[in-house]
Amino acid sequence: MILQSLDFEKPIVDLEDRLDQLRRADDGKDKNVREEAGKLEKKIAKLRKEIFSNLTRWQTTQLARHPNRPYMLDYVNLCFRNFLEIHGDRLFRDDPSIVGGFAELDSEKVMLIGQQKGRNTTEKISRNFGMAHPEGYRKALRLMKLAEKFRIPVITIIDTPGAFPGIGAEERGQSEAIARNLLEMAKLQVPIVVLVIGEGGSGGALALGIGDEILMMEYAIYSVISPEGCASILWRDTAQAETASEMMKITAQDLKKFGIVDRILPEPQGGAHRDHKAAADTVREALLESLASRKSLSVRKFLDRRYAKYREIGRIKKKAGGA
Amino acid sequence: MAIRLFRRKGEGERKIKTPEGMWIKCNACLETIYKPEVERNLNVCTKCNHHFRIPALERIRTVVDEGTFQEFGADLESVDMLVFTDTKKYTDRLKEAKKKTSRKEAVITGNARINGIDIVLGVLDFEFLGGSMGCVVGEKVAVAAEQALELRRPLIIFSASGGARMQEGTLSLMQMAKTSAALARLSDARLPYISVMTDPTTGGVAASFAMLGDIIISEPGALIGFAGPRVIEQTIKQKLPEGFQRAEFLLEHGMVDMILERTKLKPTLTQILRFLESPAGK
Repeated sequence: MILQSLDFEKPIVDLEDRLDQLRRADDGKDKNVREEAGKLEKKIAKLRKEIFSNLTRWQTTQLARHPNRPYMLDYVNLCFRNFLEIHGDRLFRDDPSIVGGFAELDSEKVMLIGQQKGRNTTEKISRNFGMAHPEGYRKALRLMKLAEKFRIPVITIIDTPGAFPGIGAEERGQSEAIARNLLEMAKLQVPIVVLVIGEGGSGGALALGIGDEILMMEYAIYSVISPEGCASILWRDTAQAETASEMMKITAQDLKKFGIVDRILPEPQGGAHRDHKAAADTVREALLESLASRKSLSVRKFLDRRYAKYREIGRIKKKAGGA
Repeated sequence: MAIRLFRRKGEGERKIKTPEGMWIKCNACLETIYKPEVERNLNVCTKCNHHFRIPALERIRTVVDEGTFQEFGADLESVDMLVFTDTKKYTDRLKEAKKKTSRKEAVITGNARINGIDIVLGVLDFEFLGGSMGCVVGEKVAVAAEQALELRRPLIIFSASGGARMQEGTLSLMQMAKTSAALARLSDARLPYISVMTDPTTGGVAASFAMLGDIIISEPGALIGFAGPRVIEQTIKQKLPEGFQRAEFLLEHGMVDMILERTKLKPTLTQILRFLESPAGK
């Protein structure tokens, strides 16, 4: 996979290229070269820290959409074993933008369901860029009900620009499919752990997003509408997407403050796309912890907590003075 | 999800204009109609049957038994939690909406009776920021569902909304989860929930409580959908078919249970409530 770089990553990548050249030129005899390389490494680390500790929300948005970012199926390969994909909603068709099936996380059996954007052009098209039709959400629900029946916890992985806005999607009830999942997930009698790995795009993300614990990668975003969509509606100018992303407060850090996200999973230096394996290790451990913490709870108890969690989000305690 | 709330200039909402006194022009059929007659007809055009959008209070007046509506949650007001400014400050948009509607938020909730049957009622107000769902709308709808559960009464919600309120960001999105979770409890308690979708019901409201009714009713011609027509056109780069996303289109595709003219609403709601009424106690 060719590593592509974002504009603000360029200074880091340039230094890394120089370091690379230096190393290749190094025959092991010249002490100066080694010293130079050491200095360069330090410089890279410092620059990276500088850039990544001051990311704007727009830069985070770009990271969340980075073409080299690990996708759902990368995590499936790196974190889980014995994945057995199950297809179709048994009503209309199989929607490849949502992937689901049996999986094992260490010794834990889980029902794994997530959105897959597609890496190359062919896959992007077949997976509709991760934008599901109603049948995708209905497949997800079918698998969740199956998990409930056999008392297997559910893990969902979110990475979508949004539910697909198209004629067929509307004809087959996009809003009904999303709404149904929200209602059913609120009362599903097995634990649900939700992980946002890239883009949490609106209702299309939320339709897989109701759970007992919401985990979010450090540079993922989760929003009510894409920054571009928001800009075109409120500013009537998509060029204002950057401003819209700042206004909407869509990063993991923002959402933790609002009580929407429970845990932020730190990404490897420079973002998950720089080291899929390291990102996957963090994810694996976090998911295991989440599952373990739910094990001792009775169904009644975790359902009550799940309800209370959503009941509290954005709750206005008393009337606002003045405003 | 969130759909454009404000119309561009000249786009022309189909509402009643009053050119001169008692005679008005219907924007759907362009006929001149007699205003008092239209009002008596519950704001439905007497010539072409076009259902004009009506304010929430007007809706309540025409559906519930006179004098039975008791509002709750009227004091809840939105807080600008994101400190959001687009071309205007969110706080200014709220102020304007309050002034325009004399209401504090985009939904009115309360207890009421329909032909003697006790119900809990929620009515979204499109005049207040396009009926958009922020934290207060989510809260009030959830409280209405909880109230219905506690009093063991049916819940009826009239929707009219562009979707989630962008100015409250992901918090608005989460109101879809909150309202749906509250309805899940109502459903498990086997209490009826009737959703009436009026023009327009789209975005996050359609994709949450509006589509979750045991019975889903729509008014004729109402625009109902997940994505707005413009977004779809831009995405697929095709012109949309005539009647796309109108109530009749949804009925044809099996997404709504029935379309009722405004004059038929109250008697049919009564019939449904009586049919779904559970025997005393359980």
